[in-house]
Amino acid sequence: MVNLTIDGIQVSVPQGSTILQAAKEVGINIPTLCYHPDQAVKANCRVCVCEVEGNNWVLPAACSQPVFDGMAVKTKTPKVIEARKTILELILSNHSQDCLNCIRNQNCELQELAEEYFIRDNPFELKTKGIAKDFSTPSLVRDPDKCVLCRRCIDTCSNVQDVKALGVENRGHESMVVPSMGKDLIDSPCVMCGQCVHACPVGAISENEQIDELLEAIADPDKVVVTQIAPAVRLAISEEIGMDIGSMSMEVFASGLKQVGFDYVLHTNFTADLTILEEGNELLARLKEGGALPMFTSCSPGWINYCETFYPDLLDNLSTCKSPQQMFGSLAKTYWAEKMNISPDKIYSVSIMPCTAKKFEASRPEMQDSGYRDVDVVLTTREVGRLFRMSGIDFEKLQGTNLDSWMGAYTGAAVIFGATGGVMEAALRTVYEVVTEEDLPNLNFTMVRGMEGIKEAEVDLKGTKVKVAVAHGLGNAKKLMDQVKAGNSPYHFIEVMACPGGCIGGGGQPITKSNAKRQERIDAIYVEDENCAIRKSHENPEVKTIYDEFLQEPLGHKSHDLLHTHYHAKNKKFL
Amino acid sequence: MAEEMRIVLRNYGKINPLKIDDYIAQGGYKPYDKACNMDAFELIQEVKSANLRGRGGAGFNCGQKWQFAHQAQADQKYVVCNADEGEPGTYKDRMIMENDPHALLEGMAICGYAIGATKGYIYCRGEYPQVVTILNTAIDQAQEKGVFKNFDVEVRTGAGAYVCGEETALIESLEGNRGEPRYKPPYPPSEGLWGKPTIVNNVETFANIPIIVEKGGDWYASIGTPAYPGTKILTLTGDINNRTFFEVPTNTTLREVIYKYGGGIPGGKKFKAVQTGGTSGAFIPENLLDTPIAFDSMSEIGAVLGSGAVFVLDETRDIVDVACRISKFFEHESCGKCAPCREGTMRIYDLMTKINGGKGSKSDTALLNKLGRVMSYSCFCGLGQAAPAPVLSTIKHFQADYDAKLM
Repeated sequence: MVNLTIDGIQVSVPQGSTILQAAKEVGINIPTLCYHPDQAVKANCRVCVCEVEGNNWVLPAACSQPVFDGMAVKTKTPKVIEARKTILELILSNHSQDCLNCIRNQNCELQELAEEYFIRDNPFELKTKGIAKDFSTPSLVRDPDKCVLCRRCIDTCSNVQDVKALGVENRGHESMVVPSMGKDLIDSPCVMCGQCVHACPVGAISENEQIDELLEAIADPDKVVVTQIAPAVRLAISEEIGMDIGSMSMEVFASGLKQVGFDYVLHTNFTADLTILEEGNELLARLKEGGALPMFTSCSPGWINYCETFYPDLLDNLSTCKSPQQMFGSLAKTYWAEKMNISPDKIYSVSIMPCTAKKFEASRPEMQDSGYRDVDVVLTTREVGRLFRMSGIDFEKLQGTNLDSWMGAYTGAAVIFGATGGVMEAALRTVYEVVTEEDLPNLNFTMVRGMEGIKEAEVDLKGTKVKVAVAHGLGNAKKLMDQVKAGNSPYHFIEVMACPGGCIGGGGQPITKSNAKRQERIDAIYVEDENCAIRKSHENPEVKTIYDEFLQEPLGHKSHDLLHTHYHAKNKKFL
Repeated sequence: MAEEMRIVLRNYGKINPLKIDDYIAQGGYKPYDKACNMDAFELIQEVKSANLRGRGGAGFNCGQKWQFAHQAQADQKYVVCNADEGEPGTYKDRMIMENDPHALLEGMAICGYAIGATKGYIYCRGEYPQVVTILNTAIDQAQEKGVFKNFDVEVRTGAGAYVCGEETALIESLEGNRGEPRYKPPYPPSEGLWGKPTIVNNVETFANIPIIVEKGGDWYASIGTPAYPGTKILTLTGDINNRTFFEVPTNTTLREVIYKYGGGIPGGKKFKAVQTGGTSGAFIPENLLDTPIAFDSMSEIGAVLGSGAVFVLDETRDIVDVACRISKFFEHESCGKCAPCREGTMRIYDLMTKINGGKGSKSDTALLNKLGRVMSYSCFCGLGQAAPAPVLSTIKHFQADYDAKLM
């Protein structure tokens, strides 16, 4: 242990701790900007500088300076305050000052610091680069004039996701974070997962907002606005509007959406259950009749983009199932339209997703098997939060309402789709019972749960041992993919979610400042699963009905037409 | 011209740098053999007793640095020579490499033995292609002759960035990354090139080593000032009669450098200021010229010895204009990694342009003072910490020149 003082307070911390860590122990808050709890130390913003007794010529950065025995740190001397404030003024003077128009207004680390350090009349003249925003992808918008060069986005894109779509070009004041080769984001390897949005302390990268498009549809009397809500959104929406995680019930959520003007509120959970039937049977078919193994899940569009970009020769291993969002889209304008006797051309299909890549997925040209665009618009959790705030709904007082019929029922298996390992666990619950024709003794496959990067399990299906793996975060997926490519993967089935934590940590979720927050959301998901009356997808009564009345059987002709798809290698010349 | 003391440049003009036999005939590579017959720890003690301090600018004790690398446990260690001489007005490393390349190679090989490294790299400035050829010839001859027992050197060229003279930025560049500094600790002697213990020394530092081994640390420590012993190669530029380079003991004063060795100011003009240590050095006025060029005495007057560049200005020079041009240099050379340097160098240049153009006010010099002060203690690396010095020192010592330009 190392003994030191911070602002005169004695503290004892393990060898190798930084000033920042030691200060936290004694409740001293040191401001940071480039620092991120789940990333490597960068020490480039210099906002966390402190004074160390005996070292008058330089103020070390608290995030990178290791402590030593007898060290005396001062965190709030006039010299320290002057340095931090001047640095903030410098950063702000190169940062477009349209806080009022910014997507991160009141949710911005720089804005908070500017207030904490009472920046009033900045002595430095405002001087931004004046570079246009990059609207090239349907998912994300980059605003280089807001970038503070902290490089947190680069860290997450390179080290967590292993995509390396972002880097720094030029030097000095000309430095910029740019997509690879200085191209637009769409021409870079970007998979649109949106993890950079979570990493960004300011509004330099964000979701492509589509709220106005939605409002236009709501205002159109000829349109029937139908929405689906993804499993991970329900837990996070309460967080987005300032309530405790998961405290808003599905019924209140639905009621809120009706107030905003949605005509029908249904559930992606329904197609999550359906996915299990289709994907589970696809796996069984591949195991019995042959086909590319291991089979990979295909729910996560960021993951699909990654596979198409970096592993085009393994596309056959992807399940041909559309994601639950797209299954829902095609069924809304066929099955549901028929059931409700509404002309599909009048249906405006909205999906509420935890994910930025879903916006891209919905725009894929092949996603119109219903004869229309399957999903018309995708809103993230954050966008729905804005919609709610705009509408002034008091959720504490709002009475709940049931979800609408036919594609609104769901099971606990669908709920856990929101967490890493959830699709796998849901699939195992069904596959086991389909194959063995016996009740599963324990529904909880805890070995595939949690924030560990790669998880694995083995299930005995009446003598056939099925080995499965789960990866979340594309850097972890890469490890499994390289194994498959080398021909020594021991697995039959692999679940991949592009985002750390799975959909609960999706690019469209409330800004997540740490993995600890993702774990809290995961915990809430399993509580909800436990509370569901039905916890196995094949027992969902509406799923049974849709097979009886419409689809006939998993992997059948109609399923093939509406619920399955193909993947295409992305021709990215720079790779 | 006053007489020099040539230790590092002892072979200058006496040997053909392209012939290893010439170097050997002057006693070259004997110190290396002697070093290899010593215990590595004793060898380091010898270098420590010389009290040789890095000649690149930071002035860290060389033997102590070697000791850190020697003590570090690793399967591989490296010796890296910083030959990225990018400091305007400085060309002493070029002089050494062009005229006596083996003195550098020998110094590196001795370091390799001392710390237990078998591999060395010379990171050479991209603008010195002729030097690369000479170094490669020298390396080939040394290999052919088999003078190195267990050591191998390669030359790498930089793509031309001032910041790559900073040792960790140099290491990043050697590894093939963007040339940007790393935060310290860990310091290179414990984690350097490819994460392995690495000694990065400047050309002049390495070139001092053979003679220290040959004549002993005590002999070396008796030259110049005790706290910064030995000699220093200076390069004189600007308004000076002898625009040249020479090697003098470190107790030589600035006045001696300018008037004895430099032959004074041409055209009978008066002295105005001298900038030492390179572009990031402070400007020194007349009343401080009796300061010895040694590291600590220079620090005491807020100046640096740095690379040994001495840039003299006569009375006709517009010092505000000079400081303004220097601030443009730093605006261009900041790597852009840390906020205070990235933004600050640009703001200094902006404010200096305003003042130099007759549009500045007192509040601009006040802002420059604050900004410069903050940069000097909060920037990530030495570049940003030193960049404001020319501006701060001219505001301090030549206030009348600024006042004359203020609105």
